[in-house]
Amino acid sequence: MRFTKDHEWVVVEDGVATVGITAYAAEQLGDVVFVETPEVGKTVSQGDSFAVVESVKAASDVYAPVSGEVVEANSELGDAPETVNAAPEHGGWFAKVKLSNPAEVDALMDRGAYEDYLGTL
Amino acid sequence: MTDQADLRKTPLYDAHVAAGARMVPFAGYLMPVQYADGVLKEHLWTREHAGLFDVSHMGQARLRGVSPLSAFEEVTPGDFIGLAPGKQRYSLLLNKKGGIIDDLMASRPDDDGLFVIVNGACKDGDFKFIDNELSPQVKIERLEDRALLALQGPEAAAVMAQHAPDALTLVFSEARAMTAFGLPAFVSRSGYTGEDGYEISIPGESAAAVWETLLADPRVKPIGLGARDSLRLEAGLPLYGHDIDETTSPIEAALAFAVSKKRRDAQDFPGAARIAKELAEGPSRVRVGLKILEGAPAREGAEIADGTGAVIGRVTSGGFAPSLGHPIAMGFVPPAQAAVGTKLNVIVRGRAGAAEVVAMPFVPKRYVRKL
Repeated sequence: MRFTKDHEWVVVEDGVATVGITAYAAEQLGDVVFVETPEVGKTVSQGDSFAVVESVKAASDVYAPVSGEVVEANSELGDAPETVNAAPEHGGWFAKVKLSNPAEVDALMDRGAYEDYLGTL
Repeated sequence: MTDQADLRKTPLYDAHVAAGARMVPFAGYLMPVQYADGVLKEHLWTREHAGLFDVSHMGQARLRGVSPLSAFEEVTPGDFIGLAPGKQRYSLLLNKKGGIIDDLMASRPDDDGLFVIVNGACKDGDFKFIDNELSPQVKIERLEDRALLALQGPEAAAVMAQHAPDALTLVFSEARAMTAFGLPAFVSRSGYTGEDGYEISIPGESAAAVWETLLADPRVKPIGLGARDSLRLEAGLPLYGHDIDETTSPIEAALAFAVSKKRRDAQDFPGAARIAKELAEGPSRVRVGLKILEGAPAREGAEIADGTGAVIGRVTSGGFAPSLGHPIAMGFVPPAQAAVGTKLNVIVRGRAGAAEVVAMPFVPKRYVRKL
């Protein structure tokens, strides 16, 4: 698993990145009440706002941690947005992105580096 | 980012931090937006049990002097001459164009003029305005050394019974000076959640002890500003600076009840001409409640469109309603599209979501009006 400074995580299998938000991000947001996942087929660039997660209080952007084509979105979050809080780094994934530039993943933080980064916040 | 060092603290700041609060800048103060349980649980706890709120950032003052009740009518459209001792009234400070400078609660907890509570973010301007507008024979005296707590929810009365038995003699919209928690207090049966409950003004130096006493009761939990906002939204209560401001009139804002019959007839308050015109001809826009039928919550600033796609208004506050399980909003639309049942759209991130005008409050009020 790799991480961004915007608190997204990425797991890559066969050139496809599964993307979600970290446990830290979910905890900071509080109770998630609505999730807008990206449309399948959409092409995203690293750093684009590609999903939205909403708590009772506010809406927050989720940024694409990698570039590529969205090949699947987690439709279960529509009826069960609370999964993002319950299992942010498992069932609460947002989308799968077919990597157009796999080298982007290597530049992301590993868990140790991400935890060090959280320590600076 | 506001410089944290410029922000004020209420007497309960340390208690909030100790209770696990996330502190945020609000109205010039560092205030708890939520505690460890989070907004959703805090909201539902208040609807089921009793929620304790620190609202000490709000402005408390006494209006005293020669005929303070009639003097207060010079800046508000309420009937204060007719306000009986022990009663409390919601009112508005109006500018000369009939726009709302602030909304407030004013009461007669004793025989010593009025006790006034205004919004924290507006308090300096409000009290200066009142001072400037009124004759030198009445004085507004700020009560900076007092804290203000709100205890809200169906179990609030049972909790208060143990600490302030006199509070149980009040019904909704009554206020009295009494001994509460062994302290000289002003207590009113009122609040900003739609639930039964109390607002309790006490000396600031004793606030932490009262806070601890109330939290020791298993029926009581501390509630932050996040849930305060979702609770008042469900109750259909406007938030100053969002749903109402200096451009909105009481008639547009669906607050006509705050313009008393006597004052309507006399037309003797600031902006009376505009308000009389709007009462006779109808305003050009009116505050309505919206149930969001599909899609994302519509928040402040979202456009409201009719069936043809034409933008007819804007959301002034909105979000997920924890007690209802779907998003709701308030906004302003032309009267022709304000009838309950009217189908509209709210535009969120470029997408139209179906919405319907519904009656407010969204969640029934549970005020205790009779003992």
